[in-house]
Amino acid sequence: MSETVKRRQNTKMVPAPSQGIIPERDLYVSPVLEARHLGIEFGGLKAVDDFNLVIGKTEIAGLIGPNGAGKTTVFNLLTKVYQPTMGSIMLNGHDLHGMNTVQANKLGIARTFQNIRLFDNMTVEDNVRIGLHNQISYGMFTGIFRLPGYWKGEKAQHEKALELLSIFDMQDLAKVQAGSLPYGAQRRLEIVRALATNPSLLLLDEPAAGMNPHETEELMNNIAKIRDQFQIAIMLIEHDMNLVMGVCEGICVLNYGRIIAKGTPDEIQSNPTVIEAYLGKKKEG
Amino acid sequence: MKLKKSTINNIISFGIVIIAFIICQTMISTGVMKRSLKGQMIPICVYIVMAVSLNLVVGISGELSLGHAGFMSIGVFSGIIGSAWLEAIGVTNEVVRLFMSMIIGGVFAGIFGVLIGIPVLRLRGDYLAIVTLAFGEIIRNVLNCLYFSLEGTKLHVSFNNPSIPGTILVNGPNGAKDVSKIATFPAGFVLILFTLVVVMNLINSRSGRAIMAARDNRIAAEAMGINVTKYKMMAFVTAAVLAGMAGALYGLSMATVTAAKFKFDTSILVLVFVVLGGIGNIWGSIIAAALLTVLPELLRAFADYRMLIYAIVLILVMLVTNNPTMRALLSKLIPRRGGAQSKGGAAL
Repeated sequence: MSETVKRRQNTKMVPAPSQGIIPERDLYVSPVLEARHLGIEFGGLKAVDDFNLVIGKTEIAGLIGPNGAGKTTVFNLLTKVYQPTMGSIMLNGHDLHGMNTVQANKLGIARTFQNIRLFDNMTVEDNVRIGLHNQISYGMFTGIFRLPGYWKGEKAQHEKALELLSIFDMQDLAKVQAGSLPYGAQRRLEIVRALATNPSLLLLDEPAAGMNPHETEELMNNIAKIRDQFQIAIMLIEHDMNLVMGVCEGICVLNYGRIIAKGTPDEIQSNPTVIEAYLGKKKEG
Repeated sequence: MKLKKSTINNIISFGIVIIAFIICQTMISTGVMKRSLKGQMIPICVYIVMAVSLNLVVGISGELSLGHAGFMSIGVFSGIIGSAWLEAIGVTNEVVRLFMSMIIGGVFAGIFGVLIGIPVLRLRGDYLAIVTLAFGEIIRNVLNCLYFSLEGTKLHVSFNNPSIPGTILVNGPNGAKDVSKIATFPAGFVLILFTLVVVMNLINSRSGRAIMAARDNRIAAEAMGINVTKYKMMAFVTAAVLAGMAGALYGLSMATVTAAKFKFDTSILVLVFVVLGGIGNIWGSIIAAALLTVLPELLRAFADYRMLIYAIVLILVMLVTNNPTMRALLSKLIPRRGGAQSKGGAAL
């Protein structure tokens, strides 16, 4: 385990004003995300209910829980793929009420997907360029008639894309078709593409799924590196407990759409409710 | 300066079109070309532009539109009226008048593209196809009831009422008569070049990538901050403008033209060009449109069996191009080119 990851585990978590805990260093800056009493009903079924969470400005947070607990639903609520039926989401002090996915992204929330959603027919570089869509832009007519703005914009996009790809040492794969990449590389490319949208909160949905232990450890270091380099908050859903316990500072456990525990990795590991949710109750007598 | 791959591809494409034009033009001027084929040159240009622009919607943006002939008919009539009006206000130079008419046709088709796009692009898949089909028919039926006349430089319009002052330009269901035929083959060639510049540059720009991203994975595109409706609209309206320009050229090449000509069949015909040439493949559209426009003329020897043979040829082409052995052979013969073609992979 590398130095950066080890240091993460020594972070002190302190209670925030609103029912949450955030790293001590983020205490005096406003949190990046505040979800209050967030919930969604699908025809009477409460998929997520009374979800309260605060994420500090540079926190790495984990969202875990058994299968079907509603973890991805929380991500879909935060990115406004679903419109919440209850509660509110504040991102950098802006209320996301009534916004759509595009507007939420522009406000600084980016995500990856559990089932990879890359643009398979495009090159790796073009995938990242789509992430840069709103960062480096020029108009339609500039593009059609190849005015000076086109050449300037394309050059800037090209350079920025390669710079972002170099985080994962993928710059040599820039011209490769995204669909033909190996699974692990596709997951990394999704992270780069999300980072290209210049988010202040990055949501990773099972980033280590399908990776081998070596790749997972590399990913762990890279997640910490991304946070240090971009000074952003990262929230991840993951079933690989080595990764979650290794890199996350605060962990939130979800079961049947409700938060059953919040705390540091050490607290979560010894929490009886969490153990019960994962392994079941000990037989009495 | 190091040229981009897309730029090189564009230059090659334009080169091929220019060479094809020079060959045709020499054949016409030396009298090698048959008279019947010579009359087909402008329709070929028109249908190439129609197929390429529809490919922008069907192939690049991934929405099945069945009302493309509607935009063409708007271009036809606004082009004819525009041309007559321009003549009345003293634009006597035919070339200037032709190009201005084409712009007028494009602008009007573009306006209707926006108006129709707003409700239509809220739908997806089959529903979108059905509604575009309906709009194509609505346009045709409305044009059937419209009367336009020119009194001096004043333009009169009436709905379902043929008694309007001045010289009649568009006479309801009887269409436009005695149109001044100012369209020329070189103008058609310029329009093809313009269409290729617009479509290919669009595909290889920021907007084009956004259009293709929205096609390939709508959810991911939205999560990346791409306004999917806006970019679908962009492709739809651009295609409508190009279809309108092609329509204006078409209208000004015919002595008489009626709205009934632009019914559902014409939309399907253009779609056949696109599908046969390969969805998302710009070059395929050009070749398919050119060949299939000429084919009925070449099959004249078969007399009554002409359309039967035409259908059989279509089926054979479909079978051959989808045959794995033939595909393997073709891909060996033709080295795979990058840029616009490979990007437009599986679209539907």
